[in-house]
Amino acid sequence: MIDVPASDPWLILLVVVPLLAAPLCVLLRGPAGAWSVATAVSWGVLGIAVKLLGDVLERGTLRYRIGGWDAPWGIEYLLDPVGAFVVVIVAAIGAVVLPYAKSSVEKEVRSDRIYLFYAMVLLCLSGLLGIAVTGDAFNLFVFLEVSSLSSYVLISLGRDRRALTAAFRYLIMGTLGATFYIIGVGLMYQMTGTLNIQDLTTIIPAVADTRTVLAALAFLTVGISLKLALFPLHLWLPNAYTFAPSAVTVFLSATATKVSAYVLLRIFFTVFGQVDLFAHFPLQPVLMAMALAAMFLASLTAIWQQNVKRMLAYSSVAQIGYTVLGISLATEAGLSGAIIHLFNHALMKGAAFMAIGAVVYATGAVTLDRLAGMGKRMPFTMAAFVVAGLGLIGMPLTAGFISKWQLITAALESGYWPLAVLILLSSLLAVIYVWRVVEAAYLRPVPANEAWAATDRVPVGMQVPMWVLAGASVYFGTDASFTLELAHTAARALMGGY
Amino acid sequence: MDIFLLADEHLGLFNYWIVIVLMMSGFYVVIAQHNLLKKVVGLNIFQVSVFLFYISMGKVDGGSAPIFKDGVEVLSNPLPHVLILTAIVVGVAATALALALVVRIKHAFGTVEEDEIQAIEHDEEDIA
Amino acid sequence: MMVEKTLLRVIAKLLIPLILLYALYVQFHGDFGPGGGFQAGVIFAVAFILYALIFGVDIARKAIPAWASRTLLASGVLLFGGTGLWAMALGGEFLNHSVLSDTALHGQHLGIFLVELGVGMTVTGAMITIFYTFAGHVAETLPFRGSDGG
Repeated sequence: MIDVPASDPWLILLVVVPLLAAPLCVLLRGPAGAWSVATAVSWGVLGIAVKLLGDVLERGTLRYRIGGWDAPWGIEYLLDPVGAFVVVIVAAIGAVVLPYAKSSVEKEVRSDRIYLFYAMVLLCLSGLLGIAVTGDAFNLFVFLEVSSLSSYVLISLGRDRRALTAAFRYLIMGTLGATFYIIGVGLMYQMTGTLNIQDLTTIIPAVADTRTVLAALAFLTVGISLKLALFPLHLWLPNAYTFAPSAVTVFLSATATKVSAYVLLRIFFTVFGQVDLFAHFPLQPVLMAMALAAMFLASLTAIWQQNVKRMLAYSSVAQIGYTVLGISLATEAGLSGAIIHLFNHALMKGAAFMAIGAVVYATGAVTLDRLAGMGKRMPFTMAAFVVAGLGLIGMPLTAGFISKWQLITAALESGYWPLAVLILLSSLLAVIYVWRVVEAAYLRPVPANEAWAATDRVPVGMQVPMWVLAGASVYFGTDASFTLELAHTAARALMGGY
Repeated sequence: MDIFLLADEHLGLFNYWIVIVLMMSGFYVVIAQHNLLKKVVGLNIFQVSVFLFYISMGKVDGGSAPIFKDGVEVLSNPLPHVLILTAIVVGVAATALALALVVRIKHAFGTVEEDEIQAIEHDEEDIA
Repeated sequence: MMVEKTLLRVIAKLLIPLILLYALYVQFHGDFGPGGGFQAGVIFAVAFILYALIFGVDIARKAIPAWASRTLLASGVLLFGGTGLWAMALGGEFLNHSVLSDTALHGQHLGIFLVELGVGMTVTGAMITIFYTFAGHVAETLPFRGSDGG
C-alpha cells in the first residue's frame, strides 16, 4: 500500500470560491453588491494562491481528491511549481483588475447588466484557475470552456457593435479549438484508458509510436494553439481585444493566453513528458517558425495600426511568439524564459491596456491622432503607458528585459545564435510601435478643439491598479532574483515530471 | 441489424468513418459558409461528430449496458458516455450563446451575412 | 393578440401537469435508475415552454418572471457547491457525500439527492432563461406577431 498523499483543501477552495461567488452576484443583482463580492473574492483568491505557492515551494506537489475518490478513478487536483506560478499570475491580475473595473465598467456597460458582468468575470477567473490546478485532461476541457464561454460574453459587452462580431468570431474559433482538444483527449483515452494526466505520463511512452497518439498530439497542439492565438491562428484576437470593455481587455490579455500557454507546456512536457517529443516528431521547427512569424509579422502589423488597443493586441500576438519560442527550445533555460515571460508580459500588457483604458475613460480617445498631446493632458496615465511600453521593448530595468535576456541566453545555450539576433531585431519593431504612441502623446501639440480640462480626471480606483502593475514591471525588472528562481524551479519541475 | 452487421464486416470501423465524414462536413461548413447561422449549424455538426466518436469508443464488443446484473460478464465502458453528457451540455451552452450573439448582430448590423458585415465594419472609423 | 385555439389549450392544460409530474419522477428516481437532474430539468422547462408557446410569452412571464428563473439558476449552482462545502465542513473532501450522514451509504444517498436537485434547478432555470432571451427578441423583431392564427 503506497502512502495516501495528503489532501490540501485550499486547492479546491481556490476554484470553488469564485465559482460559487458568481451565482451569488446573480442573486444580489445590485451593481455595487456584485462588485464588492467580486473584489473581495478576487483578493481572497490571491491570498489562497500566494499561500499555495509558498506551500508548493516548501513541500512539493500538492494534491486533492475530489469527493474522496482516488486517482485515476476520481478527478484529482494537483499543483506543482508551474501550476502555482500560473495560479498566482491569474489571481494577481484578477485582484488588480476588479478595483480598476468599477469605474470603467460603469461607463462602458449598461447598468442593469453590471451584476452579470461581475458574475462572468468570476466564472472566467474560476475557469482559468481550474485549468491550472486540475490533474485530469477532461476536467481541463470543462474549465477551458467555462473560462472561454464567459470571456465570449465579456467581450460582447463592449460598447461598439463590432464587439458582437468579435465575440462571435472568437466563439467559433474557440469552440473549434476546444473541440479539437477533446478529440485529442479522446484519442489518447482510446490508447491509454485513462484521463488522469499523471497516469497518461506513464502510459503514453508505451504507445507513443502509434498513429493514434500522433494524431492526438496534432489535435491537442492545434486546438490549444487556437486558444493561445499562436500565429497564424490568432485571427480572433485583435478585434476581441480592441472592442471588449477596457477592464475585460486587461484581464484577458494578462491571463487567458497565459493559461493556454500553460496547457501547451503541460501537454508537451507532462503528458508527453516521458517521450522524447522533439526528437520523435518535427515539432521544433514548426513551433519555432510559428513563433518567429508571430514575432515579426504581428509586430509589423502593430506598427501600421491607428487604434492603440488594436496595436497592443497585435503586440500580444508577437509576445505569444516569444513564449512559444522559449517552449520550442525544449531546454530548461528555454522553458524558464517562456514561464518568466508569461509573468512579465502579464504585468506589462496589463499596465499598458489599463493606461489606454484610463485614456478612453477620461477622453474617449483610442486612436493615435486623438492621442496628440495626451502626454500633457494626462501626464500620469501616459507615464504609466511609457513604463509599460519600455517593458514591451525590453529595455533594461524593466521586466521585459529579464524575459528577453533569459530567452537570448537560452537560445545561445542551445547553439541557436541566429535566434538571439532575431529576438533583438524583433525588439526594434517594438521600439517603432511604442515610439509612435510616445511621439503622438508627447511631441504633437494638443489639438485646438480638444479641451485641456480632461487632465487626469481618472478615479483613484483606476490609477492605483495601473501603477501597481507598472511599478511591478519595474520592480521585477530591477530585482528579478525571486521570479527567475521561481521560473527555474518551475522549468525543472516540468522537465522532471510532477 | 443485418445492414449493420454487413457494414461492420465490410467496413470494419464504419462508425469511425461516419465520425470523420461528419467532422469534416461540419468543419467545412464552419469555414466556407458566410451566413453566421449556418456557421453555428456547422459547428454543431462538428461537435456531434465528437460525441459519436466518444460513444463509439465506449462500446465493448459483446458488452451489455453498464448495469451490474447476474450473468452479465462483459460491460461497455460508461465513462465516455458521462464525458459526452458534459460535452453536450457545454455544446448547448456554446450554441445558445452563439445564437444570442447572432440575434444581437442582426439587430446591430441588419444582416447575418459575414461578407456584408465585413463591408460595414470596414467603413467604420475607429472611435471608442 | 391571443388567438383562441381551443383544442391546443385544452390538451396543453391536460398535458402540462403530467409533464411536470414526470419531471419530478425523473428527478427523484434518478439516484436509483436512469434519470437525474439534467433530464428532469429539461423536462420541467419543456412543460413551461409549452405553456408559453400556447398561452403566450407575456402570460408565461407573469407565471415565472425572468428574475425568478435567474434566481432558480443561481440557487441551483449554490446548492450543488454548498453540498460540496458542507462535506468539507464535516471533515471530508469536497463532494465526498459519505460524511454527510451516520453511514456512508446514507450520506452518499443524501449527497447525490442534493446535488441532483441543484443540477435540476440550474438546468430548469437555464432553459427557461434561454427561452426568454430568444422569445423576447422575437417579440421585438416580428411586426406581424399574433397575425399567424386563422
